[in-house]
Amino acid sequence: MARPTVSSSERLARTGAGVTRVYLDYAAFSPVDPRVVALMRPFLEGGVGNPSALHSLGLEARASLEGARAKVARLVGATAAGVVFTASATEANNLAIRGLAERASGRHVVASAVEHISVLNACRHLAKRGWEIAYVPVDAEGRVDPDAVARALRDDTALVSVMAANGEIGTVQPLREIGRATRARGVPLHVDAVGAAGRIPLAVDDLGIDLLTLSSNDLYGPPGAGALWVRADVKLGPVVVGGGQEGGYRAGTENLPAIVGIGVAADLARVEGAAEVARLATQRDRLFEGVLARVPRARITGARGAARLPHHASLVVGGVKADGVLLELDLRGVAASSGSACNMASGEPSHVLRAIGCARDELEGSLCFTLGRWTTAAEVDAVVEALPAVIERLRRLAP
Amino acid sequence: MRIVADHKLDCLGLFCPMPVLKTRDAMKQMAIGQVLEMTSDDPASEADMTSWVARTGHELLEIERDGAAYRFLLRKTR
Repeated sequence: MARPTVSSSERLARTGAGVTRVYLDYAAFSPVDPRVVALMRPFLEGGVGNPSALHSLGLEARASLEGARAKVARLVGATAAGVVFTASATEANNLAIRGLAERASGRHVVASAVEHISVLNACRHLAKRGWEIAYVPVDAEGRVDPDAVARALRDDTALVSVMAANGEIGTVQPLREIGRATRARGVPLHVDAVGAAGRIPLAVDDLGIDLLTLSSNDLYGPPGAGALWVRADVKLGPVVVGGGQEGGYRAGTENLPAIVGIGVAADLARVEGAAEVARLATQRDRLFEGVLARVPRARITGARGAARLPHHASLVVGGVKADGVLLELDLRGVAASSGSACNMASGEPSHVLRAIGCARDELEGSLCFTLGRWTTAAEVDAVVEALPAVIERLRRLAP
Repeated sequence: MRIVADHKLDCLGLFCPMPVLKTRDAMKQMAIGQVLEMTSDDPASEADMTSWVARTGHELLEIERDGAAYRFLLRKTR
């Protein structure tokens, strides 16, 4: 398929009062690929039935639903029958952890200390109900030690949940080694693959994964859709009960336009992923090199090179507050983030930065640039150009 | 002597960051010197509230634990 020629990139490039936009916050929201939109359109505009209906329109809808299931499964080398469509990756994480707990005989869950808030809060939900949760620490780059996971396993461990890669610091986890440890003890392994799917190889059988969470928007599909893949022998309780859709795990009439969208998005990621990853990694390194060379007291958070998500650049800058930097960058037409929307809301320091041992003054100066399908070298250069001046100015103003 | 709270905030059933956000909003509506009683059963809320008062300068007068539930007494200082 041809590269998109219209809309998303142009929409990003020019918004507001003629301000040129540099959009480096893809992890928070990605524009939907125009090719995905084009294939979703007929499912919004009519001529399609409810997948449960018996008439021919219903049968066509069911075929489209199952087609999307196969496409999503193919991205991660999984069986189509195990794919459960949800309304978000958060919901998929809840279904994995709370759903499994409902059917499990154990009372113990192992999770990494740097999981997404939806995994952590699902674990806290179980902790309130008498479950014990072991949080495995990470090293200074945010990496989970597979041996520490193995040591945390008990006879009553019902689940291990470790993300494929961290959304705040980009570190890719050693899933193969973790999968080996969980398989040796027969404990199901759940992997939140948001951020990683389509960007690093994720074959579920190869890595020993039993449950895997995906986000549609993270793959340039529509927001409001996600998926959980579940291995056939893993049994879950439902999170939403009703008419038995999605294998009874997640009732409610299927959001067919969004599901078709995530299917197309998964296909595009599978086919074009390798080329895109190489391009993004080059741009990411260019951003890192430019910023580190020109901003004193800045350092990379998370892993480097291949142990890092290719589109992800995060750093801490001493002596400034991230909020101030982000507002100043916004005035210069650059949209970036400090890493986590949840922490931005509460103002509390990020649990991920605390887990990797960031110093107190670093906790407030965390910046996160996430690149994507329409990122240009000019956008990266604009950040490298703007950031040193912004930080110098804020440091001068600081008391 | 038992401290009498001026305002009460029920955060039972909520998870991080909601107890912190709701506490912050409740404190905004209060006068300096007044005391807020916040109840939460989020296992993370003890660490969250301790770090929140350290950062904001409000005073944490008391933490009481009753089974899974916490009761925090917080005085608005500024």
